[in-house]
Amino acid sequence: MSLFHRPSVLALLSISLFLALWYGLAIYLNTNTLPTPLVVAHVLIDEIKSGQLPYHLSKTLYRLLISFSIAMLLGCAIGIALGRHKQLDYFFDNWLVIFLNIPALVTIILCYVWFGLVESAAILAVVINKLPNVIVTVREGTRSLDSELLDMAKCYRFSKSKTLRHVIWPQLHPFVMAATRSGLALIWKIVLVVEMLGRSNGMGYQLHLFFQLFDVASILAYTIAFVTLIQGIELLILKPLDKKALRWRR
Amino acid sequence: MTQLAIHIGDKSYINPADNSSKQVIKDLRLTLAKNEFVCLVGPSGCGKTTLLNILANLDTQYTGTIELQPIHKQPKVGYVFQNPRLLPWRTVRENIQLAAGAKPETLDFLLQSMGLADEKNSYPEHLSLGMNRRVSIIRAFATDPDLLLMDEPFVSLDPPTARLVRQLLIDLWTKRPHKVLFVTHDLREAITLADRLIFLSTSPMSVLAEVPVTIPRKDRLQEVEIEQFRQQLFIDYPQIAELL
Repeated sequence: MSLFHRPSVLALLSISLFLALWYGLAIYLNTNTLPTPLVVAHVLIDEIKSGQLPYHLSKTLYRLLISFSIAMLLGCAIGIALGRHKQLDYFFDNWLVIFLNIPALVTIILCYVWFGLVESAAILAVVINKLPNVIVTVREGTRSLDSELLDMAKCYRFSKSKTLRHVIWPQLHPFVMAATRSGLALIWKIVLVVEMLGRSNGMGYQLHLFFQLFDVASILAYTIAFVTLIQGIELLILKPLDKKALRWRR
Repeated sequence: MTQLAIHIGDKSYINPADNSSKQVIKDLRLTLAKNEFVCLVGPSGCGKTTLLNILANLDTQYTGTIELQPIHKQPKVGYVFQNPRLLPWRTVRENIQLAAGAKPETLDFLLQSMGLADEKNSYPEHLSLGMNRRVSIIRAFATDPDLLLMDEPFVSLDPPTARLVRQLLIDLWTKRPHKVLFVTHDLREAITLADRLIFLSTSPMSVLAEVPVTIPRKDRLQEVEIEQFRQQLFIDYPQIAELL
């Protein structure tokens, strides 16, 4: 394989090209609203050194993890229940459609209005935004469960928990992973809005502050930190999980 | 000595489209003696799989009784399905253990006698269909069931593989005998395996004839013996000719 066919080399090249384009454009335009990558890197290092960025990033990450966990757990439970019981599904289908179509901003505003500008309201708003997606995905997975394997489990008198763990869960795994990926992408966008509207710390709050100051370099520095973090989650947690779960495949 | 008595009075399917009902099984009576190997022979689509699903308690919409006598107990069932129905995300060993919870030495003995000792940590998708079939047979034996059900477990295997697995099955059954109900539409296979043949009519299914197989087991490797018995069957029971 030649050097230019390796995925890692290609990835490195594409990132270099991206940085070069950015640099060239910034030099050419020469404005405050598009700083060069070097300036952004300096800001990034300063913010990390001062402890500001780690503090706000950890606040956001904390909200993200809590609301993500709640949404996934609840969503899986409800999704499996709806997928297994037709009547429940018919009954709650309309609710799902309603919740799927409420704009994120509306839920956030209502949560703050009804429950006050508190942490739990912020997390609730994120959960409500994410939950219907998880339910729909997991419900789809549950509907497509292999009835032959379920019969096998019944015939060999598998207990409920055994059936869930060894027969149902592995079949739902790809659906849950899909919900996880789309979930992370969705949640971290919503978390920022939630923080911007009603919290006094976190990435969203900081970005709002920088926006008022027209401090683009800081905005970009925070963005880079955040994107890196999300990529880290993907590479260090999700990819290995995928790999482990799929080793039985041909 | 426990025997198994089966009586299915009526099993009907209701067609939801026009609410008409179709009777699949009518007044079917079977008994199995201890460690008896019985082959159910009948045309495809006559309701044999339905019967096995009833016996395995997967289908409860019927009238009738299934019990071990004289203790009046619902039998514990090991089921070898037409498809192996193994969990692809669990290894051979885990698949058997999950269903059976057998002792490690029992498990190793079973794997050994089915020629799968080297494959116990493989995943089913990495093995051939014949091997998967063998795993599903082991799984059924490992549960030490009151009744072993087998639903045409050798279809879609090429003849040499089918012969091999059939031989392995008989060897294993000789070492660990159980009551077996083996469904097939292949008369030669049935004669090779069974102590007794039961011929079933098309729907509604009921017993048409019961024939003990008189060939000693050691002579059954010879095709000639099997073929002679088969020809004699058609002469003695002309009604079965139209079934097959």
